[in-house]
Amino acid sequence: MEAHAMEHGHGAPKGITRWLTTTNHKDIGTMYLWFAGAMFLFAGLMAMGIRAELFQPGMQIMSPEFFNQLTTLHGLIMVFGAIMPAMAGFANWQIPLMIGAPDMAFPRMNNWSFWILPAAAILLVLSMFVPGGAVATGWTLYPPLYIQGGISYDLTIFAVHILGASSIMASLNIITTILNMRAPGMTMMKMPLFVWTWLITAFLLIAVMPVLAGAVTMLLTDRNFGTHFFDAAGGGDPVLFQHVFWFFGHPEVYILILPAFGLVSTVIPTFARKPLFGYSSMVYATASIAILSFLVWAHHMFTVGMPTAGQLYFMYATMLIAVPTGVKVFNWVATMWKGSLTFETPMLFAIGFVSMFTIGGFTGLVLAMAPIDIQMQDTYYVVAHFHYVLVSGALFAIYAGVYYWLPKWTGHMYNETLGKWHFWLSMISFNVLFFPQHFLGMAGMPRRIPDYALQFTEFNQISSIGGFMFGASQILMLIVIVQAIRGGKKAEAKVWEGAQGLEWTVASPPPYHTFETAPEVK
Amino acid sequence: MGHRRPLPVVLATLLAGLAFPALADYQLNFPPPKTGLAQQIYDLNVLVMWICVGIFIVVFGAMFYAIWKHRKSVGHKAEQFHESTTVEIIWTTIPFLILVGMAWPATKLIIEQKDTSNPDVTVKITGYQWKWEYDYLQDGVKFMSVLSTPRDQIENKAAKGANYLLEVDEPMVVPVGKKVRMLFTANDVIHAWWVPALGIKQDAIPGFIRDAWFTANEVGTYRGQCAELCGKDHGFMPIVVEVKSEADYKAWLEAKKAKAVAAAADAGKVFGKDELMARGATVYNANCASCHMPNGAGIPGAFPAITGSKIATGAKEGHIAMALNGKPGTAMPAFGPQLNDADIAAVVTYQRNGLGNSTGDLVQPADVKALRK
Repeated sequence: MEAHAMEHGHGAPKGITRWLTTTNHKDIGTMYLWFAGAMFLFAGLMAMGIRAELFQPGMQIMSPEFFNQLTTLHGLIMVFGAIMPAMAGFANWQIPLMIGAPDMAFPRMNNWSFWILPAAAILLVLSMFVPGGAVATGWTLYPPLYIQGGISYDLTIFAVHILGASSIMASLNIITTILNMRAPGMTMMKMPLFVWTWLITAFLLIAVMPVLAGAVTMLLTDRNFGTHFFDAAGGGDPVLFQHVFWFFGHPEVYILILPAFGLVSTVIPTFARKPLFGYSSMVYATASIAILSFLVWAHHMFTVGMPTAGQLYFMYATMLIAVPTGVKVFNWVATMWKGSLTFETPMLFAIGFVSMFTIGGFTGLVLAMAPIDIQMQDTYYVVAHFHYVLVSGALFAIYAGVYYWLPKWTGHMYNETLGKWHFWLSMISFNVLFFPQHFLGMAGMPRRIPDYALQFTEFNQISSIGGFMFGASQILMLIVIVQAIRGGKKAEAKVWEGAQGLEWTVASPPPYHTFETAPEVK
Repeated sequence: MGHRRPLPVVLATLLAGLAFPALADYQLNFPPPKTGLAQQIYDLNVLVMWICVGIFIVVFGAMFYAIWKHRKSVGHKAEQFHESTTVEIIWTTIPFLILVGMAWPATKLIIEQKDTSNPDVTVKITGYQWKWEYDYLQDGVKFMSVLSTPRDQIENKAAKGANYLLEVDEPMVVPVGKKVRMLFTANDVIHAWWVPALGIKQDAIPGFIRDAWFTANEVGTYRGQCAELCGKDHGFMPIVVEVKSEADYKAWLEAKKAKAVAAAADAGKVFGKDELMARGATVYNANCASCHMPNGAGIPGAFPAITGSKIATGAKEGHIAMALNGKPGTAMPAFGPQLNDADIAAVVTYQRNGLGNSTGDLVQPADVKALRK
C-alpha cells in the first residue's frame, strides 16, 4: 500500500505480464468478466447443440451419449464458469469502488483466485476429448451413474476442486475487504445493497464449497480407492450423495441469485430517481433467504422416497422462502412507484429481471409443493423454472450491471440503440425458448432426454427456434462491449442522472488506483 | 370420479378448449388424471397456478401502472418516500397467510400419497439400464419390459409410429379399481418410474426398497418414461401400464404363468444352431445392442466391441461367465438374474457365430446352468 501511495498516478503496466501478475482489483475484475463471457458463449454453443437435436423427434445430429455430455457440461460451465465468475468480476470491480477502498484486502490471493480458474476450465474442456468423452451424468453428478464413467469423471472432480478453491479464496477476500476497508463513516447499514448481497453470498460460499469438495472427493475415492460411500453393496447409500450435494446445491443457487438481487437493487433506484424503498428490510430479506437456504435442500429430492415427516418439513421450509423473496419484489415495485422513470438498457434489463424472475419464483412455489413436485420433478417444467431464475434472473441482472457500469469501466458511453435491441430480442426470444417448456414438462416430457415422443414435437420446435434467436441475440452484447472499449461518446464521472454512490465520484474510466486517500461518507 | 372440480379448473379447461380447439398436441396441462392421487395433484396445481396468476396481475399491474404514469418523459417528478415498517409488515404477513392456505391441502395429499397400507396387488419394479422388470410377488410372474420402437424409427429411416418411444414389448398389467402397491429398487444406477396419468413418480434406488401406490379408476393404457438420468439410453426406457378389468387381469396372469412353464421346459433342451442363432439375435437386440451396437462394433472408449473381442472369440466358459456375472464397476450388468439359461445360451452362441465372429462352437442351456453360481 505504501509503495502505491508513493507512485501515485501511475498507469497500468504494459503487455501480457500486466494480466498475469496483476494485483489490481480492476484488472482482475476485467479478467473475471471476460472469462465469464467466453465461458458463457462456449456453454451457450452447447445449448444450441441441445436445442438443435431436440428440434425434431428422432436422433439427427449426435449420439445419446454426446447429448448427455452436452447437458452436463452446459450446466457445469454455466454455473461455475459463467455466472459465478461474472458475479466475482462485479465484486472485484465494484466493491472497492463502492466502499471507498483502494483495492481488495488480499491482492495477491486475488490474482491467484482468478488464475486457477482457467486451469479448471481446461480440465473440463479437455475431458471432452479423452476416451469415453466428458461427464454425462448431468451437473448434479449423481452416483452410482458417476461411478461407471471413464477418466473424464476424475478430471471433472479435480476441476470442481479447483473451482471451489477459487471461490473460497475470492470469498475470504470479499469478506475481509468489506468488513475492514470501508471508508470512514460508511457503517454496515450504509453500505450499498450490492455490497451487502455479496457479503452474504461470500459467507454462503465459504460454508458450502467445502461440502461440495467433500462430496466429489467421496466420489473420487469410491471410483478409485475402493470406498463404498454411495454403494449399497458395501454398506453405503446412493441417496447420501444427493443429501450432501444439495446441502451445497441449494445455497449455491442463492449464491448465483443474491448478487443479482444486489445489482437490480442498484439499478432500479438510479433510473427511478428515488431511493430504494426498504433498504433495511432488503438487507434482512437477503439474510433470511441465505439462512433458509441451508434448511431446504431435500426439496430437490421429493421423489427419492423420504418419510412423510421429511416431505412435510421440506415443503413447509421451502414455501417459507417465498416470504422474503416476495418482500424483495414488492420493494422493487415500491421503489419504482411514483418515481421519475427512464428506460435506458440497464433499467430495461432490471425490469425484465423483476418480472421474469418472479415467474421463476412462482414456478418455484409450485415445485415446493411436494405432492405437485411428484409430477414435476425431473421434467421440462423444472428446466423452465430454473432457466427463468438463472437466465432472466441472474443473467439479466448481470446484463443490467454490465450496461450500468460499462461507461464507468471503459470511459465511453455504449450504443444505447444496440443495447435496447439486445434487451428486446433477448426478452422475447427467452420467453419463446422457455415458456413452452412448462407445458412440455406437465405433458410428460422428462428432462435430459435426447429424443422424445411425437406429442412433444410442436413445443420443442417453438422452444428451439426461441433458443437459436436467443443465442444469436447475445452476439449484440459482445458488439456493444467491444464498441464501448474502442471509443464512443466520453462518459462523465457521474454517468447516470440518478446514480448514487462513491463509484460515481471518480473519473470514467477510473484511474488505475482509486481512493488512495479514503473518502468521507456522511 | 366423484371429485368436485373447483371453478378455476373449469375456467382453465374452457380457456384451453377455446384457444386450441383441434390441436391436442399443444397440451397445456397434465394428461387427464386416471387415479384419485393424480386428480388431486391436478386440482392442487391449478389452484396454486391461479393464485400465482392473481398475485402476478396485482403486483405487475402496479409496476406497469408506474412504468406508464410515473415516467420522466411524461414529466413525473420523483417523490422521495422510502422505509415504512407498516407496509413491510403487511407484505410479509399476507403472503405468509396465503402460503398457509396452500400448505393445508398439500399436507393432506402428502399423507395420502404416503399411505401404502392394505394393497390388493403388490408388484416389485426393478430398474435396469435400460429396461424395467416387473415381479408380481403373489403370483410368481416376473418379466422384463423393453422399448419396442424399432431402431429404424429412431434413426429416421422409417416413419415414426403413434406411440413412438412410449411402447414396450411387455406392459405392466394391473386390475382396475384395486389398490396397487409398487416396491421399487434398481440393479445398477438410480432410475425413476413415472406415469403422469397415474400421478406416480418414484426413484428406484439400487440396494434400497421404496414404495408408492395407486388405484386406477378407468381401464386403459397409460404411458410414461424413466425420469432420472441413468446413462445413455435414459430416453429409451418407457413405461406402459395396462389397466384391465378384474377378469381380463386374471386371464393375463394365467397366460403369463403358462408361458413361464413353457420357458422352464427349454432349460433341459438341446438346440440346433439355427434355433440358437435366431433366438440369440432377438435376445441380443433387446439386451446388448444398445451398448455393443446392433453390429457388435461397440462404441470406442465407452463400450467394447463384440466383434473380434478376446472374450467372444476365446474360451466359451469365460464368455458365458461374463454374460452371467457382468463386470463389476462398469456398465456391464450381470445378466444371470435377468435371463434364463436358454436365452443366455442363445445370445452367447449368437455373439460367437454372428456379428463378424465365427468360433463355430454352440452353447447349450446345460453349459450355462453348469456355470451358474
